[in-house]
Amino acid sequence: MTNFKLNEVELEAAFQSRIDSEQKIEPKDWMPEGYRKNLIRQMSQHAHSEVIGMQPEGNWILRAPTLRRKIVLLAKVQDEGGHGLYLYSATETLGITREELIDALHEGRAKYASIFNYPSLTWADVGTIGWLVDGAAIVNQITLQRTSYGPYARSMVRICKEESFHQRQGYEALMVMAQGSPEQKKMAQDSLNRWWWPVLMMFGPHDAESANSAKSMKWKIKRKSNDELRQAFIDQTIPQVEYLGLKVPDPDLKWNQERGQYDFGEIDWAEFERVIGGNGPCNRQRLEHHRRVDREGQWVRDALAAYEAKQQARSAA
Amino acid sequence: MKDKQDDLINYVIALGDDSLILGQRLSEWCYHAPFLEEDLALANVALDFIGRAQMFYEYASQLETRVLKENARSADQIAFLRDTRDYRNLLIVELPIGDFAFTMARQFTVDVFNQLYLQQLVNSTDSTLAAIAGKAIKETDYHLRRSQEWMLRLGDGTDESHQRMEKALKELWGYTAELFTMSAYETALLRDGISIDRTALCSDWRKIVTELLQQATLKVPSDEWQVTGGREGLHTEHQGDILAKMQYLQRTYPGLEW
Repeated sequence: MTNFKLNEVELEAAFQSRIDSEQKIEPKDWMPEGYRKNLIRQMSQHAHSEVIGMQPEGNWILRAPTLRRKIVLLAKVQDEGGHGLYLYSATETLGITREELIDALHEGRAKYASIFNYPSLTWADVGTIGWLVDGAAIVNQITLQRTSYGPYARSMVRICKEESFHQRQGYEALMVMAQGSPEQKKMAQDSLNRWWWPVLMMFGPHDAESANSAKSMKWKIKRKSNDELRQAFIDQTIPQVEYLGLKVPDPDLKWNQERGQYDFGEIDWAEFERVIGGNGPCNRQRLEHHRRVDREGQWVRDALAAYEAKQQARSAA
Repeated sequence: MKDKQDDLINYVIALGDDSLILGQRLSEWCYHAPFLEEDLALANVALDFIGRAQMFYEYASQLETRVLKENARSADQIAFLRDTRDYRNLLIVELPIGDFAFTMARQFTVDVFNQLYLQQLVNSTDSTLAAIAGKAIKETDYHLRRSQEWMLRLGDGTDESHQRMEKALKELWGYTAELFTMSAYETALLRDGISIDRTALCSDWRKIVTELLQQATLKVPSDEWQVTGGREGLHTEHQGDILAKMQYLQRTYPGLEW
């Protein structure tokens, strides 16, 4: 029997050749521990981002200006929660529980998208988040539909469909404002000014600086580099900004005929580090809200468990 | 004829107000629920009520158009541009969400009522109201399945959940009487088979609620107090808080498209 047992090196070589030939890795397949850990980190971060992202947008549900906007926003925030739910489930296929993942979030061991540490101050921000934040997420997630881990790839297919609807509704809400009163136009421009750079930061550090990138690319967890994705996002978004009659807050932005792409200014990496490091405008608020709601819901979860235990005891008797 | 039209408009708006204010309250739970699945489920229920409000207000707007022509209000104007005294919702829907037990106790009592009410409203001689009821009753069947399951879980869960549920029921019990109180315009529309006789639903409601509470090991609170007034615009102080938030953009930037 021992003859058939492959050693670690052989297993890893077989694993890599499956990756290289574009086969999907499934939960029961052998995988290197590093691959599993890397996936748990990325997928749980993605799940937490969906859930924490409910806060800045949810902040406007009660104040949405029309019945239709209220319905669309509530449905959208609900969708984000749903994405969180299936990403948690997909992550659980790697042998970890949702409770463990949430503990890691509460203890600061797991991250979520840093963009949600910025506040949604005006109604225009709801449109901007849909248009730009979801737009940036889509650019990233479209490539993740081809990620090497099967459950992650499949959840991305479903999530991308809903995100592109979110992006359209966000853009449409801003369009109404951009064509509206001077106050509304000002509100839309102010929102773009505040969100533009943080949105570009969503793609992460430059490729050379990115700690997790090389391994993720080799394992095809990631399919395109941070800088490639950021460039693609800018190139597709600038015409949309122009159509709205708005301007991005970047004096260095201009079309580069030779490259066939936009040149753009340098991101303020000190701000990026500051917000990732926990010192953005809303880091404490976001995490404390999640912890508080979790604490306050404990008695409900306890009651649910107690009731189910009683039911089981009754049906056994 | 004009009086009858006014009665109908008032009636439709009151039904819309019940749905809107409860939907607004329920949406407060989105990203505040005890676990993620409940965030989604409560948002679903909230969406049903806000959608229902939209249908009622659109109908009210159409009815106003027949009388007032271009001076008629849109559904959004009806929803967002009245002051506290002009909202006609029942008091029970405007009460703060409280804890999860209070929210579920309110939902359960209202869902049982809505099911009985909508079962009648589908037979309204007003075909628009009947059609709205036909859609709403399917949603309400689902709402009730959920809220009654939560009554059982919390009533027969832990000591803490049981106590919270009994407290919630006591706090809201006096507001349930208004579910069965007829307004003048509802009474006027009863003769033509447009509205429903609420008073006639009370004994069935009581029977269903009592049975479920017993199954959930919960006491039925005593009927020692009751407060009414929502249909006449005599609200609790909470109504103003709801409106201050809900109307904020429409009031700050009057007359704009969003």
